Amino acid sequence: MSEMKKSTVAVIDYGMGNLHSVAKALEHAADENTSVIVTSNPAVIDAADRVLLPGVGAIRDCIGEMHNAGLVPSIKKAMAEKPFLAICVGIQSLMSHSEENGGVDCLNHFQGNALFFGEKHIDHDGSKLKVPHMGWNQVKQTINHPLWTDIPDNARFYFVHSFYVVPENKSEVAGTCDYGLEFCVAIARDNVFAVQFHPEKSHKDGLQLYKNFLQWNGKP
Amino acid sequence: MGLAKRIIPCLDVDNGRVVKGVQFVDIRDAGDPVEVAKRYNEQGADEITFLDITASSDDRATTVHMVEAIASQVFIPLTVGGGIRTCEDIRRMLNAGADKVGINTAAVFNPEFVREAAQRFGSQCIVVAIDAKKVSAEGETDKWEIFTHGGRKPTGLDAVEWAKKMVEYGAGEILLTSMDRDGTKNGFDLGVTRAISEAVHVPVIASGGVGNLDHLVDGVIEGKADAVLAASIFHFGEYSIQEAKQRMTDAGIEMRL
Repeated sequence: MSEMKKSTVAVIDYGMGNLHSVAKALEHAADENTSVIVTSNPAVIDAADRVLLPGVGAIRDCIGEMHNAGLVPSIKKAMAEKPFLAICVGIQSLMSHSEENGGVDCLNHFQGNALFFGEKHIDHDGSKLKVPHMGWNQVKQTINHPLWTDIPDNARFYFVHSFYVVPENKSEVAGTCDYGLEFCVAIARDNVFAVQFHPEKSHKDGLQLYKNFLQWNGKP
Repeated sequence: MGLAKRIIPCLDVDNGRVVKGVQFVDIRDAGDPVEVAKRYNEQGADEITFLDITASSDDRATTVHMVEAIASQVFIPLTVGGGIRTCEDIRRMLNAGADKVGINTAAVFNPEFVREAAQRFGSQCIVVAIDAKKVSAEGETDKWEIFTHGGRKPTGLDAVEWAKKMVEYGAGEILLTSMDRDGTKNGFDLGVTRAISEAVHVPVIASGGVGNLDHLVDGVIEGKADAVLAASIFHFGEYSIQEAKQRMTDAGIEMRL
């Protein structure tokens, strides 16, 4: 039997805690030839076949910890050359700037900003909407993309967030959601895909998205 | 199209096992929290909440292992409440795979704990649990107070004001239990649910008193709750989560089916 090289996916650990669910969901979606490595080591990220950038907590801490841990060069390198998926605050960290924490400059991979829904967010009919946007909402797939394979259009995913991204280049929007306004919840360019929701908490469709990521060759 | 209202089954756990009989057909071990969580997940639960009633703090390690085991197999949001008193308690639960923790009595005795927890871990994972009881007499303006110790000890705190304060301190969600209704099967206290839901900008979970599926509908439509939590109607096989979601959908409520 020929020896098959294991494919590796690096889950970037920049000290913001709870990566258990992300790692377990990836393992659940992975086949036997894939290993999931939770790491804060730039060399491991550089050597991985795919990279996942999770995000929890506030944006200032996220960006600060990425810099402190010396991970930004590896993150940028990965985004330049291999399948890369960012989730939740991860998508916000890839934008130019976020309104959170009084304004924070982000990694500027996608041009555009992360904006606050506002504490007085209202629905189309004028009724009050709760912030954070918490729970299961429908995601409209605005482009065809390998990461949407076998996921029905308007499938529900689990969200928890108070800020949303507004990319300047609308052709980069891969999915949208409606919560008082239609906003971008998935963004894609070349080998980089990022989502606002939590695939690891979104049951079957979330696991399918991870499976698609693990099979993705990085081509749109 | 839009955000769905949520149904959250709640399980009591003691020493890593589900207690208060949970009866499902063809389930081998109704006390195994992984099996129970998987079953509710298959039925379409939007989240699952565990209330840790373990008496000794030494046994909490068992709860941590339980959360790890569930989070490795059930991919929907998990909340753990009961006995959360320190940031270290929260850190352990989140690292084990819990998405949110519920803080109850500790918030009443030390509100600053909520602020500290929200700053350190983010509001999105801090649920403040409020046990409220009606204290106004008939004919008077409605008034509810916070009670501790299973509804036995009054605190003198106004429930609506307390909820607002907890949100100001960083609570990302309020779990509101009516101690008058808990266990009665007479339905939620819709008055306090609506008063708090309209007073705060974060989601409110209604709890206490569910006896049938119409109560769940009322909680959302009249109580303005963002999510409804129930235990016994699901545990004893009276209703499945699918049935509950269908009834709520028929009533015009947006649900994840």
